[in-house]
Amino acid sequence: MSCQLALVIDLNKCVGCHACAVNCKSWNTSGQFGPLTEESPYGKEPDGVWFNRVQTYEVGVFPGVDVVHLPKSCMHCVDAPCVGVCPTGASHKRAEDGIVLVDYDECIGCKYCSWACPYGCREFDFHEGVMKKCTLCVDRIYDESLPEEMRKPACVIACPTGARIFGDVNDPASEAGRAILEKQGYQMMPESGANPANHYLPHRRSTYDIQSDRITVLRGAMATARPADGKPTIGYEDHSSTSG
Amino acid sequence: MSEYVKEVHGHKLKEGEDIKFSTCYMCACRCGIMVHLENDKIRYIQGNPDHPVNQGVLCAKGSAGLMKQISPARITRPLLRKEGTERGAGEWEEISWERVYDLLGARLKKIRETDPKKLAFFTGRDQMQALTATWAKQFGTPNFAAHGGFCSVNMATGMIYSIGGTGWEFGGPDWDRTKYLLMLGVAEDHDSNPFKIGIGKLKERGGKLVVVNPVQSGYGATADEWMPVRPGTDGALILGMIHVLIKNGLYDREFLATATNAAQLVVMDEGGEDEGLFWQEGAFTDNDRQVNYVWDENSGRPARFGTKGVKPALTGTFTAPDGKRVKPAFQLLAELALADYSPEKVSQITTLPAAQIERIALEMGIIARDEKVTLPIEWTDVYGVHHTSISGAPVSVHAMRGIAAHSNGFQTARALSTLMMCLGIIDRPGGFRHKPPYPRPIPPCPKPIDDPALIRPNTPLPNPELGFPTSPDNLLVNADGSPVRIDKAYSWEFPLTAHGMLQNVITNAYKGDPYEIDTLIIFMANMAWNSTMNTSGVLEMLTAKKPDGTYRIPFLVTSDAFFSEQVAYSDLVLPDTTYLERYDVISLLDRPISEFDAVVDSIRQPILPKPEGCEPFQETLIKLANRLGLQGFCDDHGTPLFKDYKDFIINFSPLPDKSIGFLSGWRGADGEDEIVGYPNPNQWEKYIENGCFYRLELEESHQWMRNLNQGYLNWAMDHKLIKYNEPIIMKIYSEQLQRFRLAAKGQRKGKQPATDAQKARLLKYFDPLPTWYPPLEDAMTDRTKYPIHAITQRPMPMYHAWDSQNAWLRQIIGQNFLYMNPILANKLGLANMDWVWVESTHGRKIRVQMKLTHAVQPDTVWTWNGIGKMAGAWNLSKDADEAKKGFLLNHVISEEIDNPEAPKERISNSDPITGQAGWYDLRVRIWKADEEGHWPQFEPLKRPAHIPPAATLLRYTSKTKGGN
Repeated sequence: MSCQLALVIDLNKCVGCHACAVNCKSWNTSGQFGPLTEESPYGKEPDGVWFNRVQTYEVGVFPGVDVVHLPKSCMHCVDAPCVGVCPTGASHKRAEDGIVLVDYDECIGCKYCSWACPYGCREFDFHEGVMKKCTLCVDRIYDESLPEEMRKPACVIACPTGARIFGDVNDPASEAGRAILEKQGYQMMPESGANPANHYLPHRRSTYDIQSDRITVLRGAMATARPADGKPTIGYEDHSSTSG
Repeated sequence: MSEYVKEVHGHKLKEGEDIKFSTCYMCACRCGIMVHLENDKIRYIQGNPDHPVNQGVLCAKGSAGLMKQISPARITRPLLRKEGTERGAGEWEEISWERVYDLLGARLKKIRETDPKKLAFFTGRDQMQALTATWAKQFGTPNFAAHGGFCSVNMATGMIYSIGGTGWEFGGPDWDRTKYLLMLGVAEDHDSNPFKIGIGKLKERGGKLVVVNPVQSGYGATADEWMPVRPGTDGALILGMIHVLIKNGLYDREFLATATNAAQLVVMDEGGEDEGLFWQEGAFTDNDRQVNYVWDENSGRPARFGTKGVKPALTGTFTAPDGKRVKPAFQLLAELALADYSPEKVSQITTLPAAQIERIALEMGIIARDEKVTLPIEWTDVYGVHHTSISGAPVSVHAMRGIAAHSNGFQTARALSTLMMCLGIIDRPGGFRHKPPYPRPIPPCPKPIDDPALIRPNTPLPNPELGFPTSPDNLLVNADGSPVRIDKAYSWEFPLTAHGMLQNVITNAYKGDPYEIDTLIIFMANMAWNSTMNTSGVLEMLTAKKPDGTYRIPFLVTSDAFFSEQVAYSDLVLPDTTYLERYDVISLLDRPISEFDAVVDSIRQPILPKPEGCEPFQETLIKLANRLGLQGFCDDHGTPLFKDYKDFIINFSPLPDKSIGFLSGWRGADGEDEIVGYPNPNQWEKYIENGCFYRLELEESHQWMRNLNQGYLNWAMDHKLIKYNEPIIMKIYSEQLQRFRLAAKGQRKGKQPATDAQKARLLKYFDPLPTWYPPLEDAMTDRTKYPIHAITQRPMPMYHAWDSQNAWLRQIIGQNFLYMNPILANKLGLANMDWVWVESTHGRKIRVQMKLTHAVQPDTVWTWNGIGKMAGAWNLSKDADEAKKGFLLNHVISEEIDNPEAPKERISNSDPITGQAGWYDLRVRIWKADEEGHWPQFEPLKRPAHIPPAATLLRYTSKTKGGN
């Protein structure tokens, strides 16, 4: 299979700190696909271009509720709907690595792509009149002036919990490919038909088994156990004998 | 390749590009950063992969440093409130720095010549207390502290008085090994990125995270189990867990008997000077360094703690050779926990199911007993026993402001420490680890000044203002028992006030209680807005006048880089620099950034030029010290010893005979000395060459069980990290608290409490065993009328970040709601997005908009803290979301409550032991509002004339020169 670069995001590790989103801003506003325009930066309803946003949801009802943070950026879909609807060819999917990009010079700002995107991951720059979006930091990942370990998207480098993996999701030997296989990685809304390249690893409870049989055994034993000399030690005392 | 002109850290740079290293200051975590520059502008801020704190990662705040640097709220001229205009009116005279020094210098000189305590100098989260405290001490005022009193002093002192160390940058979970973490009252933490890195590791390992918090916010999202505790009841929960551990025999007997005072014998006989103190052979002695006795089960008599061949009893009641009845401290703990803290009873208090409390305690106890983590590391303990390995268990505990910001928080932190001692998980693999210079003696040796006669004109104080009292004799009170400090710290009402009580300074100064002051200097604290309780009331106090028309607080000086609410209400504003424009130290003498296995400190260096007209506050302090001729900064003839801050940092030593200083790396003339050594003129350059930090790894045998590790203790004493190399025996029983009780009962020589209320307070709260009592505000609250708890959380992308003008971060969160569980909403007949009135027991109210959430304990409502801003502040537009859609809960919180022991008197709304502000004790009632919109609203602040209007469009790029 051909190379498909993408992100694998571990929802089990995401604490919702927004490091990925803001570090993305920091890299990209001065990058090849910047600036990331902010409207009303110091006024009412500030609204800027973000290649990456973190949304927060509640699942379930009290007390069995889970708060889940969902970092979301362009999924670099294999069958990207945004590419098909683009009248000028500005939205395109690269053959060599599967990254979906917008050519700002070709973009006429018609927003068809944002209507077509099932994931809401397009960011219109009203000032420039062009559509912007995550580039997987295409201006980092091939840049030989960077040390090799830094040739990753900014969000991946910044993420404090290590919840973001970057790589070729089609390569089962890559870290990304292995994480999808081993940790049951899944695509968001596969019914979209877009075949998103980004994957998520599920939010799940720890499987750490704290020897639950020992808890039961211990409590069973407690009811009857008495030390050999008949004199209570502290662990076996009833309340009245020590509270006096 | 020739197109590159240089390489920095593997990055090949073109002409016009550069990378400079420094230390982040977007919050209190202090990560290593690499600032990429292009066209003399910031291109990108990245975490330094080599830095021990953040290991290359960087949070949202650190990543948004660029937006702080280009903030439109920057003040670049010293500002003096125009003669004849009101505070807050925004009429400023722009003055020169020379005039600042003439004016402020003369005023301070006069105060110093007459009554130095008329200067109150309080700082926020500055983390440069080594300098500010030295300055205040040399000035001679006792009225100095930083922000700990309203932050988390309960967590700091509660643990330091128990185990000799505390959390965050002073200690934390052994992230590389722990598999089970109980986390209480933590939304985010100021050991921010290390904590996140750690949670990532715990999750990767498949470990379990149990989150105790009324709100499932912050790290709560990664909880494997959530315990939605009722606010202010964590202490009862922890004691309930201790109950379960003791009842099931799941406590580490060896650890308790050898590393803690659990086996030490407490005198039970009542009425004597030794009641409740540790039994001593022969004449009565009671001091912090004495060796106590245990009951030796082999010989059937007392033996000195630590004697070889002795088998100490943890339980029982014994008769000492002198006829006194004695019990091991653990017996007393067991009696207390078993009698008063059954899971059923604790369930009633906390609203958590008894079965869950019991199960979680059993899980922790069983891991601690059965799952061993053993490392093949040789070490020798203080008893001379050589060990070939170190072992522990993969269970750990961490807590933060959620347990601390209550008036029972000190005892809750004591309970937490005791839980850790029972599990035996302190400084052992898989458990909690200290970070040097901790552990320190319990408590650390510095004592506050304890005699008002030491405060004299033109005279430095002999001791620091802040320290750790261990008996009533360390209090700073007048002969009649009244407080000496303006914040009433180290008084009979608030004895162990190790961080001062910033939350009461303005109220006390306004009231002239205990006396009137002349000048208040505030640095890095927004006391006119979100850093204060009772914000509307405090704004009135800041502008209140005496009958003669002068302000009750005569002169208010603020140093800040930005146009905050605090700046707006000041008389003199000193424009500070940002963290990217100045030199700074993160010092071992202050709050270092050490790691579990290494001593670490760091610096900042100027990366960008400071704007004309701004001056680092550090330089301002040095210049003022030189003007005033303060000893330590000047020689005996008043000639300055240091030409600037850089020079001061290299050459100043708090203990000149021992050659330690602000920076521990590359000391000595040749830079070869570690921690102790003579000044090195090239020390700054050495730090810069090393990426702006210094890391000294401890030898492997010195990394564990440091309370009892002889090699480590010797090394730490040799390197001046601690004063003594004696074992640091942890305290489940605090005889230091008992001394205050004895004073209250009239059974102790020395300083005596003066009033019945003072005595009642000491008797009630100074329990030498960890205990739980309801928050003090409850005593004045009709809980049928005000049944709901109201608390705040700080959002992760803003935690400990103190500017709200950040164009990126304010897009993430710029408005807040009152969050409520549908269970409560149904009871109150409220629906999602209703406008409601929230009224506190203090009679103050706010009108806000509510939102429903299931992720909150049903008796509790909450909101984000510090989002709401005064219109016009921070150069945000008057209709900015923060002003119109954001609100502060602070308006309904009171900085004072009725004194539970003397209901007609008012007293600080704080922990009666440490003076920690009881932010989260608040009780409210809520009803539907007829009108919409937030209340109260304030007149918009007027922007100082020299600050241009903020941009309405921002398209930042470093690709082009100039502009933003």
